[in-house]
Amino acid sequence: MHSNSFHCSLSLSLYSSTMDRAHSRRHVASMKQSLFDQGYLDEQFIQLEELQDEANPNFVEEIVTLYYRDSSRLISNLENTLERKPLDFNKLDTIMHQFKGSSSSIGAKKVKAECTLFREYCSAGNAEGCRRSFQQMKKEYAALRKKLETYFHLARQAGPLETAFRPK
Amino acid sequence: MNLTNGKGSTSTVTSAAVSDQFPAGLRVLVVDDDPTCLMILEKMLRTCLYEVTKCNRAETALTLLRENKSGFDIVISDVHMPDMDGFKLLEHIGLEMDLPVIMMSADDGKSVVMKGVTHGACDYLIKPVRIEALRNIWQHVVRKRKNEWKDTEQSGSAEEGDRQPKASDEADYSSSANEGSWRNSKKRRDEEDEAEERDDTSTLKKPRVVWSVELHQQFVAAVDQLGIDKAVPKKILELMNVPGLTRENVASHLQKYRLYLRRLSGVSQHQNNLNSSFLGSQEGTFGTMSSINGIDLQTLAVAGQLPAQSLATLQAAGLGRSTAKSGVPMPLMDQRNLFSFENPRLRFGEGQQQHLSSSKPVNLLHGIPTNMEPKQLTNLHQSSQSLGGLNMRVNASATQGNPLLMQMAPSQPRGQMLSENTGPRVPRLPSSLGQPTVSNGISNGLLCRNGVAGNNRGTAYNPVPPSSLLNFPMNQPSEMSVNNSFPLGSTPGISSITTKGSFQEEVTSGIKGSGIFPSYDIFNELHHHKSHDWDMTNPGLTYNASQHANPLQGGNIDVSPSVLVHQGFSSNQQTGQSRDAALIGKAMFSVGECLEQDNLQNTGQHLNPLLVDNTIRVKAERIPDASSQSNLFPEHYGQEDLMSALLKQEGMGPAEIEYELDGYSLDNIRV
Repeated sequence: MHSNSFHCSLSLSLYSSTMDRAHSRRHVASMKQSLFDQGYLDEQFIQLEELQDEANPNFVEEIVTLYYRDSSRLISNLENTLERKPLDFNKLDTIMHQFKGSSSSIGAKKVKAECTLFREYCSAGNAEGCRRSFQQMKKEYAALRKKLETYFHLARQAGPLETAFRPK
Repeated sequence: MNLTNGKGSTSTVTSAAVSDQFPAGLRVLVVDDDPTCLMILEKMLRTCLYEVTKCNRAETALTLLRENKSGFDIVISDVHMPDMDGFKLLEHIGLEMDLPVIMMSADDGKSVVMKGVTHGACDYLIKPVRIEALRNIWQHVVRKRKNEWKDTEQSGSAEEGDRQPKASDEADYSSSANEGSWRNSKKRRDEEDEAEERDDTSTLKKPRVVWSVELHQQFVAAVDQLGIDKAVPKKILELMNVPGLTRENVASHLQKYRLYLRRLSGVSQHQNNLNSSFLGSQEGTFGTMSSINGIDLQTLAVAGQLPAQSLATLQAAGLGRSTAKSGVPMPLMDQRNLFSFENPRLRFGEGQQQHLSSSKPVNLLHGIPTNMEPKQLTNLHQSSQSLGGLNMRVNASATQGNPLLMQMAPSQPRGQMLSENTGPRVPRLPSSLGQPTVSNGISNGLLCRNGVAGNNRGTAYNPVPPSSLLNFPMNQPSEMSVNNSFPLGSTPGISSITTKGSFQEEVTSGIKGSGIFPSYDIFNELHHHKSHDWDMTNPGLTYNASQHANPLQGGNIDVSPSVLVHQGFSSNQQTGQSRDAALIGKAMFSVGECLEQDNLQNTGQHLNPLLVDNTIRVKAERIPDASSQSNLFPEHYGQEDLMSALLKQEGMGPAEIEYELDGYSLDNIRV
C-alpha cells in the first residue's frame, strides 16, 4: 500500500513534468518559428539543427557562441576601419565579406542582408551608406544574439526528448 | 532521443561504414579562416561520413598536402583568406598535387566564380554551404580520376597504330575491343553498364538456379561434349539431364561461361593495355626509377600501347561502375579483388609494364574506394621501395601512388592488404630476387621481382636459358608478365618492344590453340621460343604459352591478385627442381580435370587450374612450405572448378565479377 502510493505520486510527478516539458517545447518551437517569421533566421539555421546529434547535442548553440565570439573581432575591425579617413573601402569590403560568410553560415538572415547592403555601399564608395548600414547591422546582430540566447535558454529548459522520461 | 541517437550513430561510425559505401571515408581537407564556417563544414562533412581534416590557414593546408600528398582526396577551400588567396592555394594544389579543389565563398559574383573555374576549381560553393552540396563532392574525386585515365588513354592511343600490326591476333579480341569501345572510357562505361544491366536483369528475372560445383561440372562436361561453339542451351540441357533446370537457366549460364572464357583470353590484352597507359604516368612521377628501367618501361609502354588503353578503359570502367552503382559503393573487398585482377593481368601481359600498370589500376580502383587511407599507401610505397619492390603489389601500389596518388588514395583495407602481401613476399623476394632492382625503386623493384622469378624459374625449370621470359611462360601466366619485365630489367640488350610484341602475338595465338598437359611442355618450349621470339622464332609454341598465361591470368585475377605475385615468389623459393615438381603436380591437376572438360575449354580450364594453383601456392607460400603447394592444388581443385570458382568469386565480389564479365566480355565478344 505504501509502495503503491509512492508509485502513484511518482507517476504523477512524471506526468506533470512531461506536461511541463511538452509545454515548454511548444514554447521553444513557437519562438523559433517567430524568429523565422520575423526574418531573423533562415533555413541555414535548420541545417545546423539537423546537424545536431548525440555526438554534438549542443551543436547549434556552440556554433552560435563561436560565431559571436569570432565576429566581435570583425566588428571591432570594421569600427576601427570606419573611423579612418578616407575610408578604405577595399578593406571594409574584405572584412565584411568574411563577416557575411559567418553570418550566412548560421542563418542570420537579417545580419546577412545588412552585410550585403554594406558591401554594396562599399563598392559604390558610399561612406555614409556604409556607416548607416553598419549601425543597422550591429543592431540586428545584437538583437539576434538576445533572441538566440533566450531561445537556447528555453530549449535547454525544455531539454532534449529523453529527459522528459526521467523524474527530476 | 531516438532521433539523435540515429544521427549520432551514423556520424560516429564513419570508419566502420567505410567499407560499404564509397563516399564514406572520403578524405577531405577543409580550409577556411572563418572558425564558424570551418566548424560547420567539419560537422557537415562528418555527417556525410567523410574523413575531415580542417585547417584555418592556406599555408598550413599546403604544408599538410605537401607532407602527405596521397593523404587527401579532395580539398575544399575558402576564397578569401588572409595569409593566402584561395586561388593561389588552388594553383599550388593544381600544380603540385592535382587534387580536385572546391572553392567556396559568400561571394556569388559571376567574376569570382569564373575566377575559380579558370583557376581550376572543380566546383564553387556559395556560402552558406549546404550539406546537400557536400554529399555529392565525391563525384569530383571520381571525375578527376576518370579524366586522368582518359588522358593516359589518349597519350597511349597515338602509339596504337604501331602495336596493332604486331598484335594481329590480339586485334581479334583486344584490338577491336580496345580501339572501339575501350578507347572511350565513356563508351566503355556505358557498355559495361548496359552489360551489367543485362546481367542483372537476366539473373534477377529468371528463376535463380544455384550453380553448384557439381552442377557446373555437369554443365561444363556437356559443353565440352558438344564443343563450345556448337553448344546450345537446349542440347546442353538434354545432356545435363537435371530435373528442374530450364533452358533459360542453361542459356544464362552458358552466356556467363562464354564471357568467362572470353575474359580469360582477353585478360592478357587488357593487361597490356593497362600497363602501357600506366607507364607514361609512372615514368613522369617516378624520378627514382633507374634510367634502364625507365627506358624499358617506355618501350614496353610503346609495345603495349593498346593494352594500356584497354587498361585505362578498364579502370575507367571500373570507376564508372562504381560511381554509377551507388556512388562507388564498392566494398573494400571488391576493391581488393579488382586490384588483384589488374595486377595479375598486368603482370601477365608485360612484366614490368604490367606491374606498373597493375599497380596503377589498383590505385584507380582503390582510388575510388580507396580514398580511405592514403597515408597507409604512402607508407606501403615507401616500404615497398625500401624493400626493393619485392612485392609486386607493393610496387604497384607504390607506383600507383605516385602518379595516381591523388585519385586512388589507397584505402586502408587495401593498404593493409598490400602490406600483408608484401610482408611475406618481401622477405622472400629479397633473398631470391636480385637486390639490384630494389635500389631503383618501384620500377626497379618490379624488375627485380621479375628478374628473380625469371632467374629462379629459368634455372629450375628448363633449358629455357634465354632468360626469365621463358621461365615465365613455363611457370605460369603470372610469371609471364614477370618474364617480360624481367628481361627488360635484367637484360637491357633485349629490346623490350620485341618482347612485348612477341608476347602479344603469343598471347593471341595462344588463345587459339591450347593443350593442357602439352601446354606445360609447350611452356618449356615456349620459354625458349619466347626468348627467341623476340627474334621472331616460333609462334606456335609461344602461342600456347601465351594462352596459358592468359587463362591463368584470368583465373588469377578472379582468385586473387596476390596470387600472381605469390607465384613468382614461390617459384623463386622453390627454385629449379622443386618447382618443376610443383609444376608437374599442377599440370597433373589441370590435366585430370581439364581432360574431362573440353579442349577448347582446356585453355580456360587450364587457366583455371593454374589460377587455382597459383592461389594455392600463394597460400602455401604464406604457410612457408614449398611442399604445401602441391597439396594446395588438389584442395583447390576439389573445391571448385574454374568456372565454379569464378562464379563463386563473382558472388563474393559483385563488383569484380560484373566488371570483368561485362567489360571483358563486351570487349572480347569474339571469343
